[in-house]
Amino acid sequence: MQKGRLGTVLAGAALALLAVGSARTAQAEETIKVGILHSLSGTMAISETALKDVALMTIDEINASGGVLGKKLEPVVVDPASNWPLFAEKARQLVTQDKVAVVFGCWTSVSRKSVLPVFKELNGLLFYPVQYEGEELEKNVFYTGAAPNQQAIPAVEYLMSKEGGGAKRFFLLGTDYVYPRTTNKILRAFLKSKGVAEKDIEEVYTPFGHSDYQTIVANIKKFAAGGKTAVISTINGDSNVPFYKELGNAGLKATDVPVVAFSVGEEELRGVDAKPLVGHLASWNYFMSLKNPVNSAFTAKYKAYAKAKGLANAEKVVTNDPMEATYVGIHMWKQAVEKAGTTEVDKVIAAVAGQTFKAPSGFTLTMDKTNHHLHKPVLIGEIRPDGQFNVVWKTKAPVRAQPWSPFIPGNESKQDL
Amino acid sequence: MRRLLLCLALSLSLPARPALAALDPTLVKQLADEDSDQKIAAVQKLTALADPAALPVLSALAADGLALAGDRVVIIDGERILDAATGAPVVPAPESTEPITVNNRVRRELTSALAALRLFDVDPKVRLDAAQKLASEATLETAPLLERALVRETDPKVKKLLTLAYGQSTLGSPDAAVRLKAVKALGASGSASVKNLLTPLLEERAEPDAGVRRAAKSSIASIDARLIAGDVIARVFSGLSLGTIFLLAALGLAITYGVMGVINMAHGELLMIGAYATYAVQGVFQRRFPVALDFYLVAAIPVAFVAAALVGVLLERTVIRFLYGRPLETLLATWGLSLFLIQAARMVFGAQNVEVANPSWMSGGIELIGGAVLPWNRIVIIAFSLGVLTLLWLVLNRTRLGLFVRAVTQNRAMAGCVGVPTGRVDALAFGLGAGIAGLGGVALSQISNVGPDMGQGYIVDSFMVVVLGGVGQLAGAAWAALGLGVAAKFLEGWAGAVIAKILVLVFIIIFIQKRPQGLFALKGRTVES
Repeated sequence: MQKGRLGTVLAGAALALLAVGSARTAQAEETIKVGILHSLSGTMAISETALKDVALMTIDEINASGGVLGKKLEPVVVDPASNWPLFAEKARQLVTQDKVAVVFGCWTSVSRKSVLPVFKELNGLLFYPVQYEGEELEKNVFYTGAAPNQQAIPAVEYLMSKEGGGAKRFFLLGTDYVYPRTTNKILRAFLKSKGVAEKDIEEVYTPFGHSDYQTIVANIKKFAAGGKTAVISTINGDSNVPFYKELGNAGLKATDVPVVAFSVGEEELRGVDAKPLVGHLASWNYFMSLKNPVNSAFTAKYKAYAKAKGLANAEKVVTNDPMEATYVGIHMWKQAVEKAGTTEVDKVIAAVAGQTFKAPSGFTLTMDKTNHHLHKPVLIGEIRPDGQFNVVWKTKAPVRAQPWSPFIPGNESKQDL
Repeated sequence: MRRLLLCLALSLSLPARPALAALDPTLVKQLADEDSDQKIAAVQKLTALADPAALPVLSALAADGLALAGDRVVIIDGERILDAATGAPVVPAPESTEPITVNNRVRRELTSALAALRLFDVDPKVRLDAAQKLASEATLETAPLLERALVRETDPKVKKLLTLAYGQSTLGSPDAAVRLKAVKALGASGSASVKNLLTPLLEERAEPDAGVRRAAKSSIASIDARLIAGDVIARVFSGLSLGTIFLLAALGLAITYGVMGVINMAHGELLMIGAYATYAVQGVFQRRFPVALDFYLVAAIPVAFVAAALVGVLLERTVIRFLYGRPLETLLATWGLSLFLIQAARMVFGAQNVEVANPSWMSGGIELIGGAVLPWNRIVIIAFSLGVLTLLWLVLNRTRLGLFVRAVTQNRAMAGCVGVPTGRVDALAFGLGAGIAGLGGVALSQISNVGPDMGQGYIVDSFMVVVLGGVGQLAGAAWAALGLGVAAKFLEGWAGAVIAKILVLVFIIIFIQKRPQGLFALKGRTVES
């Protein structure tokens, strides 16, 4: 009797355990996992940490409004530590181990190139939120940042216009890696097509993390003596601060030699005293200072989120273009999943095409039906003393991306997907 | 612009008339127009009035201080809100104002207009600025204005600039004698853009008068001489400046590695701590003593020294002292410490770079001949690093601590035998090296980024300097730093930044192969040798 009782108890316990176990699996099935692949340490942490924060905020927002297909989203955050091969490793881990439905991530082109084979092999899905050099089109990737024709070329056209100062000579200055080199190749071909002579274009590169811009600024000054000059800067990351400081101290004002930058936004200017930089330009598809109801809600939400989560310098957080692109990307993915009725990658890819979303830029953005890039408005802003931008020029409507630039020979035959 | 200055010149030459009490409100309203052309037209009309009341309105517009309150244009002057047309305070203050923004094109127009208005200011400094601005944009139309100003001008500096501007403006005069005078006057210039103006005059097609052509040739020669001199000065200066930055970054290491033999991979992070200390002091000044904000840097020097020294002593006592004489373990342990410190900074201050502003007395620069500008922040840093070097030399050679440090370095066992507390000396010396690195951080915060990773960029350069200079030698480190700086800058001017960096590294590899002991070797007998 005694023994039998023990048996029942044991059996009961086993049953209870089983029930708990199955309850746990049932709960796990109710969430959809999404991967966030941004460097939270190393050199790129400066830019990428904010993208992780805005992604988590967007996921919270979607969960608060009922999740996707009745399930909550569960973020899986990994840190590839600004280490390009580690990006591929972490991406593989996200797709195979964590079984995420989609990954939002990467900043530098080299990190994107590093994860591409993984997403292709495992048929995963990546949303890439940063402006880049183009020359790429992958079935498994959606590009929510700008292609060169949505950022660089309109900026140069503006500089050449009467309003932008009618620049005749161009000093192309960049960090020495694939994005600046390719962008400058496109720009050089574009400038030539506009009749700018070879001697009026100067191309200079500096190593990553270069911090002494004395010689280069002196050379810009010399170059500018030869006619109305504009500097086109593709300097990436930290180096922008010493460059702008040197520019200010050498007395080169934006009214004499305007500098237009493609990698300098609100976040980068937080590390600089912006007063000497007033009037220098940046070309983006979004600025924090835009005045429209969607943007006010977006910035207010992010500020509240930063405060609630106790982020460092929470009272001074800013939003910028790649953050907006991340926000738009996550929402478009959500809409596509709802349209497809599943998170299955091939069906979602088909459903993302043609999605529209009312973005903080104040425009309704459309994902192109064939080329995986967003139609984006182009905005040109001048730096204000408080590190924000005044929009001085913008396109009337969103522009379709040209990932294969017509200014690079051999691209004529390349097709959309 | 040309027409505007002509109008201004004409209106200024009219007999004095009573200043208008208020500006034309429709004209002021036009400044708020969306269209830049309209804005510029309004600026030109306002300037042409030569009305003193226009000056505050235009300067407010240039400084983003003009706003639209409903239908009225107002000047926002701190707390006060003034009506732009009348200058009277607006009571009650409007509920919301929409700032009137200007772009570079309008701003350019504004600076010229303001310069023209200020050419007759009572303050010679204001006039100097105005003359400088006009000198780069002088044309034949501005000649009468400049002439009037020139006649009135008493300050010699302003007069010199005005003479140049006047020369430039009369260069296109149809009268050959006037042109000759202008070309001769421009020979005193040191600007490449003036040279470009003169170059076409060498040809007979552009300049029919042979005398003017000859004068142009000699003027260009003298401008060229100044340009070359300016170029050399600028290069040597930027080399010295880069060198002193190497020196500041490496001096701390010259003690910890050079003197004590600790391969301290966390050295860069001690620089970072110094820079963050500067940031923290700046924050305290912003909140507590906004009046003295310009002098936060002075207060930051001791704070950064103490902060970095404390961290240094802590590292030495807890980790490094157990690893003396085991270079490989020290290297790994200090590398781990550096990662630890970076992550700690990231958690306390955030991953983003923080803003450390140059105090106003360190912004801008001195303009020398030939367009060479010596920025103040770099001049101050050169002086600062020489000061730190002197101080360190005095500490090592003239104090008891220095004596002990040298004794322990040269023969640890013997020093211990005669009663030197070697453990404490180690901790203090390491603290001193770390503190000096903290001072380096103060200087770096003025020219570079302040962020958790900032130290990583300097660690290689610092080791390079110490190894090249000769381990254990302060003078070696100083010469190596300055030499590397100047060499890097001359190479950069010749081959570009990327190649220059490679060439410097190649040179050091070859040099160390040929002379492993560095520039200056320690003479005498040490235990190790």
